[in-house]
Amino acid sequence: MNTGQDTHLSEASRGKITENIVHFARTLRKAGLPIGPASVVEAVEAVVISGLRNRDDLYWTLHAVFVNKHEQQPVFDEAFRIYWKTHGLVEKLLSILSPVAPAGPKEPEKPKVGQTRLSQAFETNRKREAAETRPQVEVDARFTVSEREVLQKKDFAQMTATEIAQARRALQSIQLPLDKVATRRLVPAGRGRIDPRRTLRASLRAGGNVIDLRHRKRAEQHPPIVALCDISGSMSQYTRVLLHFLHALSEKRRVQTFLFGTRLTNITRDLTRKDPDEAFLLCTDSVADWSGGTRIAHALYEFNRKWSRRVLSGGPIVLFISDGLERQEDSMLEWEMDRLHRSCRRLVWLNPLLRFDQFEAKARGIRALLPHVDEFRPVHSLDAVADLCIALGDRGKSNRAHDPRQWLHRVA
Amino acid sequence: MTSGELPKSIEETQGLLDSAGYVADRSLATVLHLALRMGRPLFLEGEAGVGKTEIAKVLAASLDRPLVRLQCYEGLDISTAVYEWNYAAQMIEIRLAEAEGNVSREALANSVFSQRFLIRRPVLQALETSSAGAPIFLIDELDRSDEAFEAFLLEVLADNQVTIPELGTIKAGEPPITIITTNRTREIHDALKRRCLYHWLDYPTAERELEIVARKVPGAAEQLAQEVVAFVQHLRNNEDLFKQPGVAETLDWATALTELNEVALDPEMVTDTLGTLLKYQEDIDRIKGSRAHEIVESLRQDLFAQGQSPQTGPLSR
Repeated sequence: MNTGQDTHLSEASRGKITENIVHFARTLRKAGLPIGPASVVEAVEAVVISGLRNRDDLYWTLHAVFVNKHEQQPVFDEAFRIYWKTHGLVEKLLSILSPVAPAGPKEPEKPKVGQTRLSQAFETNRKREAAETRPQVEVDARFTVSEREVLQKKDFAQMTATEIAQARRALQSIQLPLDKVATRRLVPAGRGRIDPRRTLRASLRAGGNVIDLRHRKRAEQHPPIVALCDISGSMSQYTRVLLHFLHALSEKRRVQTFLFGTRLTNITRDLTRKDPDEAFLLCTDSVADWSGGTRIAHALYEFNRKWSRRVLSGGPIVLFISDGLERQEDSMLEWEMDRLHRSCRRLVWLNPLLRFDQFEAKARGIRALLPHVDEFRPVHSLDAVADLCIALGDRGKSNRAHDPRQWLHRVA
Repeated sequence: MTSGELPKSIEETQGLLDSAGYVADRSLATVLHLALRMGRPLFLEGEAGVGKTEIAKVLAASLDRPLVRLQCYEGLDISTAVYEWNYAAQMIEIRLAEAEGNVSREALANSVFSQRFLIRRPVLQALETSSAGAPIFLIDELDRSDEAFEAFLLEVLADNQVTIPELGTIKAGEPPITIITTNRTREIHDALKRRCLYHWLDYPTAERELEIVARKVPGAAEQLAQEVVAFVQHLRNNEDLFKQPGVAETLDWATALTELNEVALDPEMVTDTLGTLLKYQEDIDRIKGSRAHEIVESLRQDLFAQGQSPQTGPLSR
């Protein structure tokens, strides 16, 4: 069936198409799209098969093969525009593909030009962004809130091997609240419901005379974790430990991590790198607002709108890590927190301020948030992952100590 | 082109969808054409209510092929998605063999695990070719299933085959036309996406949406249809809503208003019927009442200013 349109293509013209698509794919790869050799082969096949008529057809054909996430579309779009425009390649390609192939153009321009232009285009984009971010002198650090958008990059100190080992050990013993949930999937078990399939196979082993009952039960699984970490000036010194903690945790379960200061950043992909230091390097690169101000309400709003429907499936535990000091005073904060609370299994607020004895839930932001969390926990010294695990684990202790309501009553 | 045969060009694909009442833009037709020609699964992503599932249905109807639908949910496993043995019948077979006496164990196992006792679930059905050709295989809302099932699908999608331990490998004679939809409630693994052609189905443009309304709600007055579409487009583009209305909601709303014998948008009626369009209380609160009034006023002016609107009657009733 596929042969109908291929036949009129000579080896040479097919070679030209291939060459162009290979270069285009390479450009896209440089721009950060994950494109393997298999998709290049596929793209060539698709272009030959599709019987394109115009530029748009080519666009959507290549789009179908090279893009596999909605977020990648802007990059693809830009790359396509630059690459196929500067060359006037589309017309040449179409002329090669059309059955009445007129004489081909002399020499295809060197694709190198397009490459440099695309990278230049990306370069200028980056520069423009950099120009917008005026570095500001950071004055206030902990226990203060500022709304200024201080955009700066921060380096993580490297984690020592012993630290990693300690963290692993501590993590193995950690038990989060509601740590195991039954899924709807069934697995073989010693007792439980009867498993007809295994029963039958087992009985056949004995020739069917004895029915040897086998059982199965619902599989249990760690629920996924979604972490929202505050990286404002007052919190950023804790983030290193927190990220190590989350990185180690993601080895065993599905963890989605977001950082927020003045804006919200999803760093889940960055954290999937095996090596923690490499992972954190990526994080620091992708986050622009380390140690700036906080806009908790805005961050929550953005999370609820853009991400909640995409990451809150499967009933996750949400870890909200912040000191809750918010300057913006209106009902938005309470409202957004309520929404978040209603769409997850359990909302745990980890607040470093809580470790001070004289802490009282007086700040307006804290009072707005408290009614909507399930647990309100201190994070002790926060110097090591091990401490964090102890704080979170809290095995056997009654949950009453972490009931958010008692903090509200105490002040009232 | 006779029915059942695959379209040969992008134009034909578009025409095919069009003839079945699905108004598609050229980008969608291109991808669909490719999927049909290359025999690759089509991976459709998009917000709820933009017509992802509908494509599979339309394709089945217009190509005159059976539609096999697999609705995904958490805990979906092999026994509900692929195949199951008919245990009761197997038990009886064993008892009968027993009564007959001297049947060898191997022969018994062979007869018990044969095609006769196999219950076919959607995936296995999709691998069967009927007289009309390979079926349309719709894997709906894949994001609702768990990762384990996603991994299982890799074999089906890449090689169009299923392995049953007791029987061996079952391979499709002609690969099914597979369409996968997701709502993005969770990220699908790259390995699975790599085996498919990807397309993001967006909300339609005003022009296309108007055509859809005209096709699907033929009873709607022309002015009503125009105003409904303009209103919905305004909500999508300019209002900060938690959940934007999809095409399905537009159609529901147009139908509802038509049933109520409306010929144009009336702000009061808009407020009363907003529940068919918006599904979150805070969204409804934001739009109802005075805001709805303002939007209707402004879009009337826009439509009037365009002057292209063919209606001649007075704008207010």
